[in-house]
Formats: sequence, C-alpha cells, structure tokens
Amino acid sequence: MTDFREKIYQNFIDDDRYMYLVKGLGNTLIITMFALLIGVVLGFLIAVVRTTYDRIGKLKLLNAVCKVYLTVIRGTPVMIQLLIIFYVVFGSARIDKLVVASLAFGLNSAAYVAEIIRSGIMSIDNGQMEAGRSLGMSYGMTMIYIIAPQAFKNILPALANEFIVLIKETSVSGYIGTMDLTRGGDIIRSTTYEAFLPLIAVALIYLALVMMLTAGVSRLERRLRSNERK
Amino acid sequence: MSVNEVLIKVDDLQKKFGDLNVLNGINTEIKKGEVVAIIGPSGCGKSTFLRSLNLLENPTGGTITFEGVDITDKNVNVDQMRQKIGMVFQQFNLFPHMTIKKNIMLAPLKLKLMNEEEAGRRADELLERVGLPDKANEYPDMLSGGQKQRIAIARALAMNPDVMLFDEPTSALDPEMVGEVLELMKELAKSGMTMVVVTHEMGFAREVATRVLFIDEGKIQEENSPKEFFANPKNERLREFLSKVL
Repeated sequence: MTDFREKIYQNFIDDDRYMYLVKGLGNTLIITMFALLIGVVLGFLIAVVRTTYDRIGKLKLLNAVCKVYLTVIRGTPVMIQLLIIFYVVFGSARIDKLVVASLAFGLNSAAYVAEIIRSGIMSIDNGQMEAGRSLGMSYGMTMIYIIAPQAFKNILPALANEFIVLIKETSVSGYIGTMDLTRGGDIIRSTTYEAFLPLIAVALIYLALVMMLTAGVSRLERRLRSNERK
Repeated sequence: MSVNEVLIKVDDLQKKFGDLNVLNGINTEIKKGEVVAIIGPSGCGKSTFLRSLNLLENPTGGTITFEGVDITDKNVNVDQMRQKIGMVFQQFNLFPHMTIKKNIMLAPLKLKLMNEEEAGRRADELLERVGLPDKANEYPDMLSGGQKQRIAIARALAMNPDVMLFDEPTSALDPEMVGEVLELMKELAKSGMTMVVVTHEMGFAREVATRVLFIDEGKIQEENSPKEFFANPKNERLREFLSKVL
C-alpha cells in the first residue's frame, strides 16, 4: 500500500507532474473544440452542396470537388493527413502546432460529418421541402427553417458518435509534437519509468470526457423529442 | 379584380418523365372565383397537372400564365409567385418540429410579410376559422388526420393566396374524417376563393365545383358544369370511369 502511495506521489505530485496531464487535457480540449467547429461548418456546407446536386441538379462542379475531397479524406489515415499538413503544407511556415492539429482533425472530421448530415437531410420526406417551397419560401430558407432542424434531431446519435471518435483521435497529435493529453501521460512515463499509473490516468480522463459528452447528448435528445406523441 | 378575370391560363402544357409523356398538351383557363374539380383514373396526370401550376413539377413544354405573368419563363421569381398560390397536399406535410401555431406563422413571418404580432393574430383567426383554436400550442403528431389537413389549409391561407390548389386532400384520411375537411373546403369556396381540386370525391365535385375536368392520358377529355358533366357524359372513357366510381 505504501508502495502504491509512493508511486502516485512520484508520478503525479513530485515536480508537479500532474500539470502535464492538466495542460495536455487543456490542449486536447482546444484541438477537439476547434476541429469540431471546422468539421461541423465545413461538413454542413459539403452536405448542402451534395444534396442540392442530388435533388435539383445544381452545383455540379462543387459537387465533384466535394466528392474528391470525401474520397481522399476518408481513404487515408488521419495520422498521415496530420503529418502531411504539418510537414508538407506548413513545412516551412512557423505556425502553432495546436492550429495545425485543429485544422487537420477539423478537415478530417468534416468529411465524416458531411456524410452524416447528408444522410439526415435525405431522411426528411420530400413533402417537407415541397410544403416549404409551396408557401413561397426559397430553397435555402426551407433548408434552414424546416429541413435542418428535423435532420439534426435524426442525426444527433451519429453526430455524437463522430465527436466521441474525434476526441480520441486527437491522441495521435503528439506525432507532430503537440502537448496533448496522451503526450502528457507519455512524458510522465518517460521520466518516472512507470507505465501503469500515467497511462491508466490518461485513459480514465478520456473515459470521463466521453461519458460527460454522452450524458449531455442524451439530455439534448430528450429535449428535442418534446414534440413527439407522449 | 373584376369577376370573370382569368387567373391562370394554361397553354399546350407538356410534361415528360424520361420517355413517358404524362401531360400531352393541356389547355384551359381558370377564372377568379371558380372552383375547378379535376378527376380521372390514377396515373392519368391530374396530380402532375396540378403540381405544374405552382411549378413543383417543371413543365417540359407549353406555358402557364398566372395573373398575366408567364411563370414558365426562367426569369420569373418562382418564390414570389408561389406566395400567391396556396397548396394543400394529400399527406398534409405539416412541419412536425413546430407547434400548430408556428406552422401557420412560419411563412408570413420569415418572408417578412407580417411581424410576430400580426402573424400571431392571423394564425389565431385562421385557427378559429378551421375550428381548432384549442390546438394552437400542440404539435402536429398529436392531431388526427382530419385536423392535420384543416391546419394545412389554414397554413396555406395564412399567405392570403389568390388561388388554392388541393392535391387529393382527403385521400389519406380515414372515412369518418373526410367530411370535416370537405366541409371546410366548401366554406372556403363559398367565401369566393378560387380553387383547383384534384379529388376522388364525386360528391364534392358535383356539389361544390363550378366546373369539372376529366383528364385521361395527359389530356383534358371533357370539361363541363358539374350538372352536365355527371348527367350527360359525352366522352367514352369518362362514361366508363363514372360507371366504376359512382
């Protein structure tokens, strides 16, 4: 028992080593948040381009660009994309690694979010679009006020799933030297030569994050279902 | 507008889906205040014709003139034109994520034709008119089919349209709910609303319509006042059709 206490002291308290985890968690959250933002905004735009083309045949060129984007992003590992963006795209530029990581994960996530949002839009009966248009609302207005809110409710579980994946995927951002949560635990491990405690601590923090996110999404889902027959 | 003014003029309207000719040159005029019932066997093109009138289907030939404007012209603002053409669907198509009142208020509000207060007042007025004022804050899923269709009619009326199109408004309803919707449509017709109704309700066509069209194979085969139409059908196909449905 004293041995265990000693180890905890050594790994987390001594030299304020827990700060590696605190800082790492902070950076993981920053990367995830910005990646999420980029992913949702860009994903939404791609989804709108794709469904607009499918439904009314407009935006042919943009649709082709989007399709290539989806194929490339979904066809290569996120880690390779991260390395390419860091070493090739921003190779000679001095740019904050957090920005590079946010951008890489955001661009990656956008491809998956786009397909999730597209499936959500497709799941809404065409009659809703016709009803909106027949009242004189434009395609865009009908999309925003009628289709999107209903689609969002349908895709929330899939979207939450994508966010969970995203949080955990950011753990490879250490490969470009970002001080994220995983990297923080790794630094402790390499100084104390103790693998068990730092890695378990890191794992528990990810687990807690995901559980909190899941709980939040469940609450949101319940609220959005208020219009269904009780 | 004076009485007998032509509201919609249809010239040689054509619609092809791939190789299939659904509309083969439809010519007709709809005057202000008319209630035109359209009947015909399923697949005859009557719904396609109705949906062409507000361009939910894009015609592949011919023209539709609404209030003097050729709406098949590519430069015409379709959205603006549709504000004056109300439509009621077989499947109601209410917005399930909004309360009944919000359903009615949405278009006038978002199109900036009314402010929040005016749109609210208009919605209350219409809910009263369709006999469902107590449903204002409920969601569409809590209503019966007949109630949904009455709300859909109220929603279309909120835009103060010059004409109302009905695409088989009672076909998706349980038999006991057909009456309440037809009653409302009858009341609407009496108030002077111009209506074009695709229907299987021969009783409605006979009692309420001012003119009945029979469409088959993408053409108007016969059109007449309801009395003549049902008493002395001239077209062979119409006689056959009527003998089946009456």
